[in-house]
Amino acid sequence: MTRTFPLLLTLLAALGTASCDSDRSLKLGVIAELTGDMPAVGASCRNAAQMAVAEVNAAGGLEIGAERVKLKLVVEDNAGKADQSAVAAQKLITQDEVLAIVGPNASRYAIPAAEVAESAGTVLVTPWSTNPKTTVDGVTGKPKKYVFRACFVDPFQGGVLARFAHENLKAARAAVLYDVASDYNKGIAEVFRESFERLGGKVVAFETYTTGDKDFSAQLTKIKDAKPQVVFLPNYYSEVPLQVQQAKRLGIDVPFIGSDSWGSDELLKLGGADMNGYFFSTHYSADNAAPAAKKFLQDYEATYGAKPDDVAALTYDAFGLLFGAIRTAGKADREAVRAALSTLAEYRGVTGDLQFRADSRDPVKSAVILQIREGRFHYFTNASP
Amino acid sequence: MSEALVYWLQQVLNALQLGSIYALIALGYTLVYGILTMINFAHGDVFMVGAFFCFLSAVYLGLPFVPTLLLTILGTALLGVLIERLAYKPLRHAPRVSAVITALGVGLFLENFTLALAPYPKNVPALLDNVTWDLGGVSLSSLQVIIIFLSLGLMLVLDHVVHRTPVGMAMRAISWDRTFVPLMGVPVNTIISVTFAIGAGLAGAAGTMYALAYPVIDPYMGIMVGWKAFISAVVGGIGNIRGAMIGAFLLGGVEIMVTAFFPSTYRDFVAFTLLLLLILVRPYGILGQPRTQKV
Repeated sequence: MTRTFPLLLTLLAALGTASCDSDRSLKLGVIAELTGDMPAVGASCRNAAQMAVAEVNAAGGLEIGAERVKLKLVVEDNAGKADQSAVAAQKLITQDEVLAIVGPNASRYAIPAAEVAESAGTVLVTPWSTNPKTTVDGVTGKPKKYVFRACFVDPFQGGVLARFAHENLKAARAAVLYDVASDYNKGIAEVFRESFERLGGKVVAFETYTTGDKDFSAQLTKIKDAKPQVVFLPNYYSEVPLQVQQAKRLGIDVPFIGSDSWGSDELLKLGGADMNGYFFSTHYSADNAAPAAKKFLQDYEATYGAKPDDVAALTYDAFGLLFGAIRTAGKADREAVRAALSTLAEYRGVTGDLQFRADSRDPVKSAVILQIREGRFHYFTNASP
Repeated sequence: MSEALVYWLQQVLNALQLGSIYALIALGYTLVYGILTMINFAHGDVFMVGAFFCFLSAVYLGLPFVPTLLLTILGTALLGVLIERLAYKPLRHAPRVSAVITALGVGLFLENFTLALAPYPKNVPALLDNVTWDLGGVSLSSLQVIIIFLSLGLMLVLDHVVHRTPVGMAMRAISWDRTFVPLMGVPVNTIISVTFAIGAGLAGAAGTMYALAYPVIDPYMGIMVGWKAFISAVVGGIGNIRGAMIGAFLLGGVEIMVTAFFPSTYRDFVAFTLLLLLILVRPYGILGQPRTQKV
């Protein structure tokens, strides 16, 4: 018995590899915020991922070298938690042995998952994480080797918003209220302050709260007292409506502006008429999308019954980038895919044209400013890098 | 009024509103602890379920404010009794730790059950015409007035029930001695059920007021607020009703005032340092006494 047991194990292992060989599908992983505090983000990411993969499979598979290989998607939920994101990345890499990972989306989940992917030598493309730390090694300050993103970064976005507040809204005094416990919010708030003051404006209040707070009355009273001409709220869509409503109740009647974390239909559902008239920067506008995006917009709306938000569009682009890199690499090898992705020529995506600069994992691309009117997002203006 | 005075008065109003919410939840913690010397850690999640009941009643039944409030209180009271019967009663003679773990488990169950039914944050419609008055620069909303007076009113009612009615006398008797009081003909199980019904009903009232004041609700909303209410109850002297009120207004006041006069990043750090110092000076809380008569 003691002898047959290892033998059995070997046989089973052999069978295992054999079955893998016969099933020639290629696994790609997705980490999405399906539950937790931003489920709308996770749902958009998963929907777009399934659509991207289904399209390739419907066309017979992805051409790798001389053959076409069907794709298989493995979706993991990170439950809106940083530690779960790292665990999900670990599981996808070691247990499911995926070739590459797309997601997570929010920076506070993307950063820990990116650390895992980097140390395991697996390509990770985050669709929506705009915090610079996601693609930069925290110790050396150099770009990570294996982590890419499909979106612009906060130093760019914060600068765009500061310029918009100063030039379009003619504001000289700005106030900021942000979540100090969240990487994304903190990063963009600081960039905004720096850029706004460099333009000659003054940030008269720079107030914080922590994730999960619902009462902002003390901070908003302080902001009202500082008499700003614009209030910047770089916070997630589930929190912004409460902040705007409480500010209005306290009698703050200046424009509110936000960043790409506003860009979910949930913002309109939760905030209703209170959100009308305000502006935010984001990755693309369905009103003003590139010609290449038209088919994606139609297909997505036909499949899911809603316009794709920026997370959906960026997830689709993240997959587009990945497919391009795998085709170029010509083999399902993690290192080859990384090399192909970092030298990819200009990519025409749903969210516009993008390109990776040499020695950077952050694409160069433009931003749009949207305005909320009559309970809808409307294209307002464009901002190039 | 001078600008500094307006600012200060506005912050006092903010503190009263926040303190009232903490107080309504803290009362439930302190009541259950007073009778059973058990910390009901699921209480914050009962509060969350209350907010969801309010949402269901307002959106699906289309009821106005008062019926919604009553229905929510009734719903959470039933939930409280159910939780006690199913989860805590079988463990009444088990070690204290088992009961605490069970309470945490019930809390997680409520969170994840709600999450399964409502994964997206919900927007609670405005049930009251919220009028905002401008008193020389200080904004006061009708909602704030209702929240503050409802919380004070419910505290007075609770204080009266516990100290001036036969049921209250039975509660106090059970907290005094659980071995011999049943022999005097006090129906222990009924009284404990009533205690849970009142505590959970208060959480339901708090959930409704909270959902109106902060109309975006989600399954995790009870965690932080629940902790803060628990801290309020401990600071005030857990087991003591007036202490819970004082603790809640103190915590709300400290949080708001630290934010008002320091950089807001220091809020939790300064607020909880102050509360820790207070506990060091008065380990049983402001109104608590060692071996006090509970409730």
